[in-house]
Amino acid sequence: MEALTDAEVKRLENKAGAIRQTIIEMLVAAGSGHTAGPLGMADIFTALYFHVLKHDPHNPAWEERDRLILSNGHITPVRYAAMAHAGYFPVEECLTLRKFGSRLQGHPERDKLPGVETTSGPLGSGLSQASGYAYAARMDGKTFRVFCAMSDGEQQEGNTWEGAMFAGKYRLSNLTAIMDRNNIQIDGMTEDIMPLEPLRDKYEAFGWHVLEVDGHNIPQFIQACDEASAIAEKPTLILAHTIPGKGIRAIERDYRWHGKPPSKEEAVLFLNELRTMEGKVASEHQ
Amino acid sequence: MLNLEAKLREDIWEAKVSAATRDGFGKGLVEAGDADARIVALSADLTESTRVEEFKKKYPERFIEVGVAEQNMATVAAGMANYGKIPFITSYAAFSPGRNWEQIRTTIALNDVPVIVCGMHSGVSVGPDGATHQMLEDIALMRAMPNMVVISPCDSEEGRKATLAAAKLGKPVYMRFGREKTAIMTTAETPFEIGKANILYGGDTSVCAIFATGALVHNALLAAKQLESEGVSVSVINIHTIKPLDKEIVVREAKRAGAVVTVEEHQVAGGLGSAIAETLAQEAPTPIEFIGVHDMYGQSGEPKELIEHYGMGVSHIVAAVKKVTTRR
Repeated sequence: MEALTDAEVKRLENKAGAIRQTIIEMLVAAGSGHTAGPLGMADIFTALYFHVLKHDPHNPAWEERDRLILSNGHITPVRYAAMAHAGYFPVEECLTLRKFGSRLQGHPERDKLPGVETTSGPLGSGLSQASGYAYAARMDGKTFRVFCAMSDGEQQEGNTWEGAMFAGKYRLSNLTAIMDRNNIQIDGMTEDIMPLEPLRDKYEAFGWHVLEVDGHNIPQFIQACDEASAIAEKPTLILAHTIPGKGIRAIERDYRWHGKPPSKEEAVLFLNELRTMEGKVASEHQ
Repeated sequence: MLNLEAKLREDIWEAKVSAATRDGFGKGLVEAGDADARIVALSADLTESTRVEEFKKKYPERFIEVGVAEQNMATVAAGMANYGKIPFITSYAAFSPGRNWEQIRTTIALNDVPVIVCGMHSGVSVGPDGATHQMLEDIALMRAMPNMVVISPCDSEEGRKATLAAAKLGKPVYMRFGREKTAIMTTAETPFEIGKANILYGGDTSVCAIFATGALVHNALLAAKQLESEGVSVSVINIHTIKPLDKEIVVREAKRAGAVVTVEEHQVAGGLGSAIAETLAQEAPTPIEFIGVHDMYGQSGEPKELIEHYGMGVSHIVAAVKKVTTRR
């Protein structure tokens, strides 16, 4: 794939800014939910929905679409926001998040919202589902790719490693897993709660190709996705180093923001910070 | 007397021919695979004893070995079903759905994808392996789960038919099978429809309806025959589908008889007896006696002696009928 133009990168970074604003707005309207994870994954979900994924927002059931399995369902606000901005449904519908009767359940449900791909929330089962999906697609000679977004915390689940072993054994090269390595979980820092490192070595030992990226560097992430699709022998893990709460200084790197929404007063400050950030992101890139 | 419409085997009383319900599953799986290329089978290191061996030989490209990892088996199957395959996941019931219940709940049942969970070695009749492998809580676990269909075939032939029917259903299904060879009662002509109970024995003079599931249906029939020789007329209904329960037949037969005995190789809490009691309490309150395991684990032993020890033998069913009819 050809290199991204600066204009394209800027377009994606601005889109990520808009998605972050929607995340804050929807969490405030919901009055509950997770803040740090969705903000930290905003750049990656923007890259996925606006550049990497082969998909059609107006035909979510398109058979040849790439599949994005979200394993850590609690960061679903970032997926909903990215889907809305991509045209799956009106952005205003994001404000129904977690409300009675909404298609935007607190944790995503396949039957409720077209394009969600699978029901998730309980941690550790997404990598296996994505592996089963990739295995089945390969049986039928399908060429679409299967992506699995997962958290670092859920690497503590045994089911995750069962899935890693399965994908390694069957050399599922049509599978790309993306780990949000933000180092936090509900009770604190991952390396205090239950150490995960060395993650790269572990996945390599399980038969995976591993790439490490700055999860806020959109061109770098896109390049890693391209490389993953070029690897023909193994599944690929993109170990994406991210800052939880990225974009809002008061939230960044603070594990206490894992599972709570901003108050109305905080949201005013945060939205203001995000709106003035667009220029800053662009200058960082340049 | 036997219900002729059920087209049961003529040698049903002698039980000359026997096979394990898991054997019928193995045959049914191959037939289902012949009929539909979307069918795949997953094994967690128990291919032979879950009777997936034949399918594996015939369709190696549709057989997936996941290793000793039941949680992975359920979730890989969920992904495959989400794509468009019809996966059968196979293990012992103690491990699947015993160990992977949450994965089944979230990724199969709530997700509403057609994975067929096949639990072998249910009940104390597993025998010498002992309590760890004698699954007695699986019906309760799976019955409580919305979207899940629960089937417990009475013999090998019904196991075959249930497997074919489950493959075509397009829903999450749990099927429970046994390890031990048990009497074959039904024939290829015996009707089988998911959700439709079969009346095997009885008539208008029945004073007790025996609702039974699994291989113990044969003990229920033997009890019915013995009771008839003593002048007590009962009916025997094979509840092969525990969910959705055939409420119409359950209510009708309970009302007609005025007393009920339920028979299952499962904990009395949460199983077939509970399902029957829930329905009757609301629609036709009827005295009930429950044959099953009463809040205990199993132990090592021979299948027959364990069935007797835990109170699920013919004599126990006869006694339960006599007891419950005094409460009519």
